[in-house]
Amino acid sequence: MEERWGLPIRAWPKRWRPNRWDLLALPLVFGFLALVLWGGMKMGAHYELWHPLPLSLSPSHLPGYALRTVLRMAAALLLSLGFSLFYATLAAKSRQAEKLLIPLLDILQSVPILGFLSITVTGFIALFPGRLLGVECAAIFAIFTSQAWNMTFSLYQSLRTVPAELVEAARMFHLSPWRRFWRLEVPHAIPSLVWNTMMSVSGGWFFVVASEAITVSGHQILLPGIGSYIALAIARRDLEAIAEAVLVMLVVILLYDQLLFRPLIAWSARFQPEPPEEAGALRPWFLLVLQRSRFFDLLQTGILALNRKLDAAIPRSRRQKEERLASGRKGGLERLLDIALVFAAAAAALSIILFIAKGVSADEIGRVFLYGLFTTLRVFVLIAVASLVWVPIGVAIGLRPRLADKAQPVVQFLAAFPANLFFPAAVAAILEFHLNPQIWLSPLMILGTQWYILFNVIAGTAAVPLELRLAARNLGVRGFLWWRRIILPAIFPAYVTGAVTAAGGSWNASIVAEIVSWGHTTISASGLGAYIARATAVGDPPRIALGITVLCLYVLAFNRLLWRRLYDLAAERLRLD
Amino acid sequence: MAFAAPLLCAETVSKTYKTPDHIGRLVLDRLDFTLEEGEIVGILGQSGSGKSTFLRILAGLVPPSEGRVSYRGAPVLAPVHGVAMVFQSFALFPWLTVLGNVELGLEAIGVAGGERRRRAVEAIDLIGLDGFESAYPKELSGGMRQRVGFARALVVNPDILLLDEPFSALDVLTAETLRNDLLDLWRERRIPTKGIVFVSHNIEEAVEVAERILIFDSDPGRIRAEIPVPLTRPRSPESAPFRHIVDQVYTLLTTGRGGRRGAKAEAIGIGYRLPDAGVQRLSGLIDTLLEAPYQGRADLPQLAESENLSVDALFPLIDTLQLLGFAHVSAGDIELTARGRDYADADILARKEIFADSVLKQVPLAAHIRRVLDERPGHRAPSARFLRELEDHLSEEEARRVLDTVIGWGRHAEIFAYDYDSEVLSLENF
Repeated sequence: MEERWGLPIRAWPKRWRPNRWDLLALPLVFGFLALVLWGGMKMGAHYELWHPLPLSLSPSHLPGYALRTVLRMAAALLLSLGFSLFYATLAAKSRQAEKLLIPLLDILQSVPILGFLSITVTGFIALFPGRLLGVECAAIFAIFTSQAWNMTFSLYQSLRTVPAELVEAARMFHLSPWRRFWRLEVPHAIPSLVWNTMMSVSGGWFFVVASEAITVSGHQILLPGIGSYIALAIARRDLEAIAEAVLVMLVVILLYDQLLFRPLIAWSARFQPEPPEEAGALRPWFLLVLQRSRFFDLLQTGILALNRKLDAAIPRSRRQKEERLASGRKGGLERLLDIALVFAAAAAALSIILFIAKGVSADEIGRVFLYGLFTTLRVFVLIAVASLVWVPIGVAIGLRPRLADKAQPVVQFLAAFPANLFFPAAVAAILEFHLNPQIWLSPLMILGTQWYILFNVIAGTAAVPLELRLAARNLGVRGFLWWRRIILPAIFPAYVTGAVTAAGGSWNASIVAEIVSWGHTTISASGLGAYIARATAVGDPPRIALGITVLCLYVLAFNRLLWRRLYDLAAERLRLD
Repeated sequence: MAFAAPLLCAETVSKTYKTPDHIGRLVLDRLDFTLEEGEIVGILGQSGSGKSTFLRILAGLVPPSEGRVSYRGAPVLAPVHGVAMVFQSFALFPWLTVLGNVELGLEAIGVAGGERRRRAVEAIDLIGLDGFESAYPKELSGGMRQRVGFARALVVNPDILLLDEPFSALDVLTAETLRNDLLDLWRERRIPTKGIVFVSHNIEEAVEVAERILIFDSDPGRIRAEIPVPLTRPRSPESAPFRHIVDQVYTLLTTGRGGRRGAKAEAIGIGYRLPDAGVQRLSGLIDTLLEAPYQGRADLPQLAESENLSVDALFPLIDTLQLLGFAHVSAGDIELTARGRDYADADILARKEIFADSVLKQVPLAAHIRRVLDERPGHRAPSARFLRELEDHLSEEEARRVLDTVIGWGRHAEIFAYDYDSEVLSLENF
């Protein structure tokens, strides 16, 4: 019988002996550690403010740059994970905290990340004077903000939906709160957390690339990495360098996929109550290495033992107190806290309004709202166009199971690829053919996010029960009627999920897509994204705040008025189970 | 000394759940219960009788609103050591192997590694799962999963086992095998358990297993009756004394309730918890009753068995037939009334008329909805309006279910129409 990554039933001493899988595992681990150390040292290097960092377009530097980009990504990912565990747990366990944390998360989710960057970077530089670490932190923070909210929401949802009987079983068998968290709540959350992490990282590459070239008060800081390499290549109009960078990015994403997400997804299947459909599928090679090598076996045993020690270290009396508190407690204090919360929110809103009003005229505020309308129009036209293109293609792929299996990873990969790497090509084309940037810059906004529509439509179509399709064929439903009555309603829930993600991503992308440079030429379209990008470039805080606030308002309004309703409709009416 | 105290004891336990408008809803009303050493007690009752809630109060999982529970004389404020539970849905941790699941309870109380492993393997062998230690629950069938549930409960050597419908998610054969295995372990004293309380919805199962059966009343839950089962083991379900007790339980379950189930339903309010019965099954049951071998009159246990209906499925139907005046129940027998026979003989359209007439006369909620719709100028009303009224009497979930039931009846009877999308009740089309 094969060994599993559970609690191995094996005699102790034999387990210390390394096996052949360790031959693969150990070099990988130590190689990884060495790379992390190297990158970490670079991050902490000395840095004179506003002095340009040495950056070279020589391809031999690319692997090093790629590594630093990857490390930024990894740091942000760890940070996001830690944040999610803390924030989601707090929100799920305390009703008072939940009232503040969840609406806050909802707002944070709709804040345009790239607009943030110029504000945070000044703070981080001040935090680490004379060190590159400040700028690095700002970049990592930007990636973090693109990942954390989504992961936190998923974790919060999972923590709130632990099956009641499992919770009761845990209590009946006297699991302490600490153990309950690690043995019940976190495992329950893992499948959806892993999935959302993968989605977050896909989106994150976009921001990694964007955040490595930060403009602060008119100065550009280029952090060594793939993003800055490309920024430099754009400034120098070096097409060859861009192509090389794109190639390296491709390899990086492929490695992330092979070494991190394939194994994680396969591993997370064991946390699902029922085996997933492709249960018979091959285990990814790297997961095999991890599961079979003695090194990881020991590492896992060590972590479990450490967790047990930690559990034992929490005094029993305190645990019981928590238990009793949880059983029932109400107070007039709650209402007071509610009122305080409302006041705090009002005060925060007022201070933002005052801050903006001081630096910007009412006239301009009106104009910014109009820009918002332009950007909204772009987003929706693009979603419509992308849907017209990808829904039929997605359905066609989804109806062919073998093709769908092959297409899924490719589309996931396309979604992960930072589309901003292709922006310069678009600019070159617009200049070459004298196109109207108001229209032709727009497609850039959806370049990277359209894949979510395709991806979800394929998955949705593949999930339509075969009997339903056969019944339709049996009734002779064909052509337009088939689309209208059978397949479109059937894939609607999946489509909405894809469209929401795509729209959200496009809003964010507008900040880099509505204003693009090629060498010394900059072309722009009028819209909220371009407004924020300009305000950021010159370092104008009231205008940045205004732009971000307005974008936030638009996104929130559309989430509430459109997407959530479609979601509810999909969940209520068109579910297939 | 401790031996004087009963194993488990509940004194005047009540439970009130808060409703949205802060009027408490009583689900358990002053229950007294004692479990003595060496006893197996079964709890029977319809849905809404609070039997599962009561079991959870005994377990210390749910605090009672009033009254107290004690285990060997000590108050139960949270789950106590010495009491283990087996769940209806198994409640296994899908990410742990069989061994991991069984070990978890030991781990939590600090049993060291080697000892833990030994005891877990023992429990797994005892329950007949040897060879499956490293399997994950998802690899196992329902019956095997519940065996893991039992092994997990037994491994901590509990004094008391609380079983919450442990066999109801299993098919008949599997349930019987597992039940017999458990009874064998108990009879041969191969497990240290000194008392078992189990909730069931299967009357025969309860008579087969229990030494004493408690019959719960609904709305609010109370103990209506207590039936001793003085049969020797092994018990044969075909024997006359066994059948006699089964009949007795049926009679109690269907007629007790202070005559509420009499042929003439006395004034029930708008907030009455309408039984969960669909029109198709109602008319199906009436047809069955009229035909051979019943000819209009049937023995309930026999009906349940030959029609393969569980208590949970049968009783709501019987309640509804009585409520609508289609049938009459006494002493464990059901008999069609004249109206019921009329209905059975009628064609589809006439059936609808008889049904509509009965619903309007006997179901105040349906009459109330119709009246409101008649009075409103547009003859339309959002369903939320009635839902709110129901929530004054019932839990949110129950209110939703009762409204759905009455909408189902009303639509069939063409008393009113309902639009799913707008959630509006109306008199459209008639």
